[in-house]
Amino acid sequence: MSEIFQSQDTLLPFIFAALMGVSILIYVVLDGFDLGIGVLFPFADDEERDRMIASIGPFWDANETWLVLAIGLLLVAFPVAHGVILSALYLPVAIMLIGLILRGVAFEFRVKAPAPWKRSWNGAFFAGSLMTALSQGWMLGLYIMGLGHTPFTMGFAVVTAVFLTVAYSFIGACWVILKTDGALQAKAVGWAKGGIWGVILGMGAVSAASPLVSTRIFDKWFTMPEVFVLALLPAAAALLIVGLWLSLRRLPRSDDKGSAWPFFLAVGVFVLGFGGMAYSFYPYVVPDRLTIYEAASAPESLLIMLVGVCVVLPLIAGYTVLSYTVFRGKATELSYY
Amino acid sequence: MDTLLLSRIQFGANISFHILFPTITIALGWALLFFKLRYNATGDFKWMEAYRFWVKVFALSFAMGVVSGITMSFQFGTNWPGFMETVGNIAGPLLAYEVLTAFFLEAVFLGIMLFGFSRVPGWLHTTATFLVAFGTTMSAFWILVLNSWMQTPVGYEMREGVAHATDWLAILFNPSMPYRLAHMLLASGLTVAFLIAGISAFRKLSGDRSPAVDATLRFGLWAGAILIPVQIVAGDMHGLNTLEHQPQKVAAMEANWETQSGVPLVLFAVPDQEARENRFELAVPNGASWILTHHADGVVPGLNDFVTEEGEVMHPPVAPVFYAFRIMVATGFAMLGLSWLGAFLSWRRGTGNLPKPLLFLMVPMAFSGWVATLAGWYTTEIGRQPWLVTGILTRDQAVADVPTPMVASTLVAYLVVYALLLFAYVAVLFYLARKASHGDDIEPELPSSEAAQVVVAE
Repeated sequence: MSEIFQSQDTLLPFIFAALMGVSILIYVVLDGFDLGIGVLFPFADDEERDRMIASIGPFWDANETWLVLAIGLLLVAFPVAHGVILSALYLPVAIMLIGLILRGVAFEFRVKAPAPWKRSWNGAFFAGSLMTALSQGWMLGLYIMGLGHTPFTMGFAVVTAVFLTVAYSFIGACWVILKTDGALQAKAVGWAKGGIWGVILGMGAVSAASPLVSTRIFDKWFTMPEVFVLALLPAAAALLIVGLWLSLRRLPRSDDKGSAWPFFLAVGVFVLGFGGMAYSFYPYVVPDRLTIYEAASAPESLLIMLVGVCVVLPLIAGYTVLSYTVFRGKATELSYY
Repeated sequence: MDTLLLSRIQFGANISFHILFPTITIALGWALLFFKLRYNATGDFKWMEAYRFWVKVFALSFAMGVVSGITMSFQFGTNWPGFMETVGNIAGPLLAYEVLTAFFLEAVFLGIMLFGFSRVPGWLHTTATFLVAFGTTMSAFWILVLNSWMQTPVGYEMREGVAHATDWLAILFNPSMPYRLAHMLLASGLTVAFLIAGISAFRKLSGDRSPAVDATLRFGLWAGAILIPVQIVAGDMHGLNTLEHQPQKVAAMEANWETQSGVPLVLFAVPDQEARENRFELAVPNGASWILTHHADGVVPGLNDFVTEEGEVMHPPVAPVFYAFRIMVATGFAMLGLSWLGAFLSWRRGTGNLPKPLLFLMVPMAFSGWVATLAGWYTTEIGRQPWLVTGILTRDQAVADVPTPMVASTLVAYLVVYALLLFAYVAVLFYLARKASHGDDIEPELPSSEAAQVVVAE
């Protein structure tokens, strides 16, 4: 590990891989709950839908921008990998993009179009969120399987597509618990209780499959003595899930105590799951084919981007905090000015 | 239909759809800041009403721009991997700076601008409006730096077939950037001026007598009248810059086949690339020489200089560039005539007493900015062909080896979605205008800046 930090040629790709990983993680958490709310739309009535939208209205655009940053970092820091990954995932990417288009414009159209059309735009919001979540899960599965298209890898991708969608709706339900109250909050507790099984099964499936399809990943996890340290990760995840279950069982409460717990515990579960995957794949950006060091851009280009990142990222963090502070508390009906 | 052609159509359709919305949001952000500042200064409620109506149009246009923009950043990888592999060291940092300095800024403060009025102090809401306008302009800056660099690349060296940056200042301020940026920002200003004037005229024709509509109509007419002569000068300078750096593009714009002096200005013709001549030509003698060199007998480069000895054509397809350029110029002159007439009449007679025929003419002109902007981009982008990055990379070298049916199916899907969204967008724009002109939207009391106040979403 320490040799990475001795040369600019290895340090810069490592930093950019880390930045890209963090961007993807932030995206999955933040847009995860936006998309989850879209997937949960059919289970809510019209009034509840308006409140669910109000809880993400001021945030979703910035949340989606983390995907643009992540894909931008892949594009700019690892241009060769960008081409290899995206041309292998041509169709799911197109489906995801059309999903993102429908979801994004539906936010605006559902409140601005004539009333009779609101139903259709609600439908577009649901369909767009679902298409995005499923295609992202499908791409995750294929990526874990090394981007090949065989019946087995595609079968696995179907499994990850379903489980990622369930995981998104789970964190979406946790967000609704945090941002609303009353009957909708109680309903969301029910959604979360149902979704937690999907999260457990999905993480189990990915954890079991990755070492089985790649001996390299198997060796990384199951060598002495690292295995004892690494075992802490699934143990911590199990602990968080138990905590989630306990906190969900106590909700809803009339004094609203503990309504923030499920969301933050769910974020913890997402972070651990993502951390495990990042450990498995390092140093590859295209699994078992291309490492981050082979795929990186020229150091002078990475350096000039790093300067920008160091200056701007704290600012972005600052005004993101401002936004979540301004719109803290329970979501009321969306006041549009 | 091969993969290359389908990929080009797909990217062309995507970027054409995309540019419609940033063209609106770049200048509309500044227009909103103007309305907000006028309201802060005068306390006149009509400015707040103008803000409230146009911020909805802004939000809708912004969402359309965001979702269609994301599509392009993915298509670089799915369809044009050779682009980033060859010039990624230069294009990459420019795109990264766009995301970092513009996208997050816009996205976060748009939330405060749209939903924060009753939650934040007035100054913060005005600041948010400013930052959103600033963000859209920053975004335009970075993307036009990249586009200009693709047209007129400097400050790099090629090593093993990959471009490496040697001088970032030269890359940022590459020869065509200042002209292209000015031309595009002015185009955005004109698009918004005519959109605001056209929709306001529509509201007046629907019986809207509110002072806010007169205020925005006058704003649109005067903004158009002031910006259009500036744009004509900027466009002329941009053309001279193109003549210097991409003479083959100017030759195609003028449909001039032979390098010679005393070249006529072709008003209309059907360029025939097979025969390498113009049919049905209607021309002003020495006109092109005069415009491009400011001498009646100046020498203008011709297309035949850009055919290699082996017969390979290294200049753009002539007809689309030639026609697109004329559509842009014709739209510009229509803008000039109408905005000057409108501004003059609103000054002499008052905006409330503009003649109805003029209002009727302004309504279709609401989208004249779209026509001119698209025609202008087609001129400059088709005019760059067959290069993707001039002198470095042709489009054939950059395209991905994706099976043709796959590109065909995604192309059809995108086209269907874009057509539906464009229809919905224009329909909702007029729906919002009709609703506002029937007074459904005017709320006399202002939301307080203290506790969250429930205002029923429209």
